[in-house]
Amino acid sequence: MFLEHHEGELLKPSLAVLSKAAQLGGDVEAVLAGSGVEGLAPRAGGYGASVVHVADDPRLEAPLPQPRVDVLARLVADGSFDNVFFASSILSADVAAALAARLDAGLNWQLTDVAERDGGLVGTQPALSDTVVCEVGWTSTPRLALFRAGAFDPTESGGEAEVRRVEPQLEDFSTLAEMVEQAHEEQSGPSIEDADVIVAGGRGLGSPEAFSLAEGLAKALGGAVAATRAVVDAGWYPYATQVGQTGKTVSPKLYVALGISGAIQHKVGMQSSQVIVAINKDPNAPIFEYSDLGVVGDVHQVVPKLTELVRQRRGG
Amino acid sequence: MKIAVCVKQVPEAAHRRLDPATKRMDRSGEGALNAFDANAVEEALRLKDTGGEGEVVVLSMGPEKALDALRKALAMGADRAVLVSDDGAAGSDLVATSKVLAAALEREGVDLVLFGQYAADSEGAVLWAAVAERLRRPLISQVAELTVENGSLTGRRQTEFGYDVIRAPLPAVVAVADSINEPRYPSLKGIMGAKKKPQELVSLADLGVEAGEGASRTTVVALGDPPPRGDSRKLEDDGNAAEAIVEYLAEKRLL
Repeated sequence: MFLEHHEGELLKPSLAVLSKAAQLGGDVEAVLAGSGVEGLAPRAGGYGASVVHVADDPRLEAPLPQPRVDVLARLVADGSFDNVFFASSILSADVAAALAARLDAGLNWQLTDVAERDGGLVGTQPALSDTVVCEVGWTSTPRLALFRAGAFDPTESGGEAEVRRVEPQLEDFSTLAEMVEQAHEEQSGPSIEDADVIVAGGRGLGSPEAFSLAEGLAKALGGAVAATRAVVDAGWYPYATQVGQTGKTVSPKLYVALGISGAIQHKVGMQSSQVIVAINKDPNAPIFEYSDLGVVGDVHQVVPKLTELVRQRRGG
Repeated sequence: MKIAVCVKQVPEAAHRRLDPATKRMDRSGEGALNAFDANAVEEALRLKDTGGEGEVVVLSMGPEKALDALRKALAMGADRAVLVSDDGAAGSDLVATSKVLAAALEREGVDLVLFGQYAADSEGAVLWAAVAERLRRPLISQVAELTVENGSLTGRRQTEFGYDVIRAPLPAVVAVADSINEPRYPSLKGIMGAKKKPQELVSLADLGVEAGEGASRTTVVALGDPPPRGDSRKLEDDGNAAEAIVEYLAEKRLL
């Protein structure tokens, strides 16, 4: 399991996939690459890793894929691993695809589940905008898999991991790309990949200021705020929160869509949410076709009341 | 600067289906240039215009009729098209496809390889990293702003956490986000001229590589229907919608 971390924390999607790997049985080991990250390693033991291989090196400080491929390739070649799992992200997708080429190994992506069958693995891969579900396999080992955010829950099993240092040996071309600048957007509350509840806003909110409605409801529900492509393009909300074809794919327990019409580009990013509640004043908005609860109404009327009721109920 | 743009012909959205017999994408119907690839073509043309000289080659792998998609790129202004078309390449997965494209790119010897953000049919956003690995070149993905200066390129991108600015020397591989530009529409003159531009068909034997199912490492075992969403409810706000939503969330144990 390739573990991702950010600002001194292991990321929840990584821990979720690690938990799933542990549930499959067999020996599960994790790989952590970065600079000054060794202290994060023991935590992975609690989610099922028996060993955490730590490549701690200043050359791995920037979250760039190619040096990480070198670290993984060496470990996978030495350790005779059958499977290498990744939680989907910009970094992990690049690492997984390059590793596939390096090892001539099969990579399946956008998986929502995986199971053992006949000594091998079968992955579940929604395709064609989630209108079809494919069972996908691998014809050789190692099998590489990228899992969708929200496919699994992190489950603490309380184990302990042995931490092993590995010395990265980097290819000459792997360090040619360099991070010149990294600017982190201010984030309050959980990120949308980590959140069990997402409140998303679209053009129907009417103005950037109206995003405070989404923020208020998200806060009351203990969730994160997401946005559609249209409002991100319009500069109302940061790209890090964009859900959809060119943003993130999320599957929280609850997705509340405020003023979102629900075009296919947005649908593909959130339709695997467990429960979808949509509020939109247009009764013909496509989002109602795939919502569990659709409310035809004005978000400016409904949401403040809803937020207040949720607050009362949750005692916040 | 010589720039290669890797593009793909994808079936029209309304006709996208998986063939139940082969479990592959059905490519028999109408196809079009993958919309995200038009951003990569546009960026290549912009860089060529800015630099004042160079060549833009569009490269693809697919059935012979994928030339239609390449012609769209030529109509936009690309100089030349190369299509790797071979029955033996059908059913290629990521490792096989990346091997073919890398071989074709080695043969071209380009300074910069560009990809679009996403393949609308396979829903993949992985090919560039595999190609960069095979070419042993630096990679920058998700680039929303690209500048090239003195043999070095700088890409600005947005990630899950904010902005990155990444620099790499040429030759390099870059995948662009679709927010990077607004692709131009081909002019009538461009469309007429596209037919006369060089369009080369290349076989796997020409490249000396193997592809297709034999060189692939993944397989589609079965196709099925997505799980149904279950009952859905719809109501009009009569002033009590907020209460109704809270009740619903409580019923689903989400509060």
